Amino acid sequence: MSSNAMASGGPVPSVGRDRRSVRRLPLKQLLGLAGIAGFLATWELIPRLGIIDERYLPPATEVIVALVRDFGLTAFWISVGETMTAWFLGLVIAIALAVLLGFVIGSSDFLRKATNSTVEFLRPIPSVALIPLAVLLFGVKIESSLMLITYAAFWQVLIQVLYGVADVDMVANNTAKTYGLGRMARIRYVVFPTALPYLMTGVRLAATVALVLAITAELVIGSPGLGREIALAQSGGAISGMYALVLATGLIGVLINGLMRFIEKKTLSWHSSVRSEVIV
Amino acid sequence: MKALTTLGYVLALPILLVLVWWASTLGAVNFFVPTPATLVGKFGEVWFGPRFLSDVLPSVGRLLLGVTAAIVIGVVGGVLIGSVRWLRALLEPVLEFFRAIPPPVLVPVLILVMGVTDPMKVAVIISGCVWPVLLNTIEGVRAVDGVLSDSAHTYGISGWARVRYLVLPSASPQIMAGVRQSLSLGLILMVISEMFASSSGLGFTIVQFQRSFAIPEMWSGIVVLGLLGVALSFIFQWAERNILRWYHGQKEVENAA
Repeated sequence: MSSNAMASGGPVPSVGRDRRSVRRLPLKQLLGLAGIAGFLATWELIPRLGIIDERYLPPATEVIVALVRDFGLTAFWISVGETMTAWFLGLVIAIALAVLLGFVIGSSDFLRKATNSTVEFLRPIPSVALIPLAVLLFGVKIESSLMLITYAAFWQVLIQVLYGVADVDMVANNTAKTYGLGRMARIRYVVFPTALPYLMTGVRLAATVALVLAITAELVIGSPGLGREIALAQSGGAISGMYALVLATGLIGVLINGLMRFIEKKTLSWHSSVRSEVIV
Repeated sequence: MKALTTLGYVLALPILLVLVWWASTLGAVNFFVPTPATLVGKFGEVWFGPRFLSDVLPSVGRLLLGVTAAIVIGVVGGVLIGSVRWLRALLEPVLEFFRAIPPPVLVPVLILVMGVTDPMKVAVIISGCVWPVLLNTIEGVRAVDGVLSDSAHTYGISGWARVRYLVLPSASPQIMAGVRQSLSLGLILMVISEMFASSSGLGFTIVQFQRSFAIPEMWSGIVVLGLLGVALSFIFQWAERNILRWYHGQKEVENAA
């Protein structure tokens, strides 16, 4: 897959373009900052000029002040902690299950064919459909969040692992067999390194999905965390507070994206290919 | 024979799972798990009636409207932002931030701004679905092959013709990847917007069943959502195959070489 894209002379970014962008970097960042400033200024002006009622959309300055005030509150950090706990646990459970099943299913042709229809059928089922069930089973506890997060994140990772295991080079695998490597050793030294880039892509996608589902569960079910605080702020009429929390979830999203890209870079530092991502 | 084997592979596991489910609900009556027969019966009873017109169709209509609008906005915006270097640099951080906001949190925001109305529900779907399409389109437009781009320039192809015959086809695999993400996200947002504050729609109905402990009905609603997801997925795959036929063909030729 990735090696083919290289060999075929597909659209590989030209080196010249990169060199240009290095020289443009300070300008690019300045433009980015200008964009943020412009966005905030627009946001400030819309309610000030009365385009949207201030009661429904407070000016940017007001919301940012509320967000800074939140940063000083213990309750805010407890909510953040609750959301992140659900996110992390759900993600870990999903990754563990998906890796285990992915390697088992992927390493046998028979299992792959036999499970294909079921996987394809279960995957598009939106995890929010399970909300009522989660409420019945667990109520407003963290388990409700975990159920939704795990279900949604599991498919993301599983599909990627299946792709990754299918991408194993037959020559490499047969070579390992010839040298007398057992099944476990082959998984460790041949299959796992091949599947790792795919797995990391899956984990990155799953991390984003897990955050969305964590917040959703809190918002709709009322399990503890930032989502519930947003729902409470809205029903309590604390509008600036609500917008501040929305900004906070956005910041968490940015942080998670950054963290995942960093982990991906670290774990795949040995992997030199420019791989084309399979987006599921 | 070959067709039979394929059919066996497709059907064996689902049949096995249903059998396990049927066998496990034979003896003990579990409050949370209806028997297959009950579920099938309820499914027909609940969803093949007036409810189909009053809840299912409007939900699906809003979903399709929202996703279509999101695709149009995303592609047009993406082509624009992807083609203009300074515009991209200007907007990149803001777009990154917006993409990082979990879309469901926009539901309370939009309820505030628009009230609990049908346009609000469509707006929720658009506000979540537009990002995957927009960002993927930007990436796709950026990755247009330099040689092709120069050739187009040399032949004096510019403006709309350039977009129509060079940029959009080049970016289409990426755009489709974005659309695929949007579809599943759209379905999720459709349900959430109806669960949160609503008096009709699929999401609302399922929550109603759950609150009144009509468990088999609730399950039948979950099945409807599942079928909807599967149907969307199949329709998308069919559309993608047709739209990207040239691309997959090209890939095959390249990989064979």
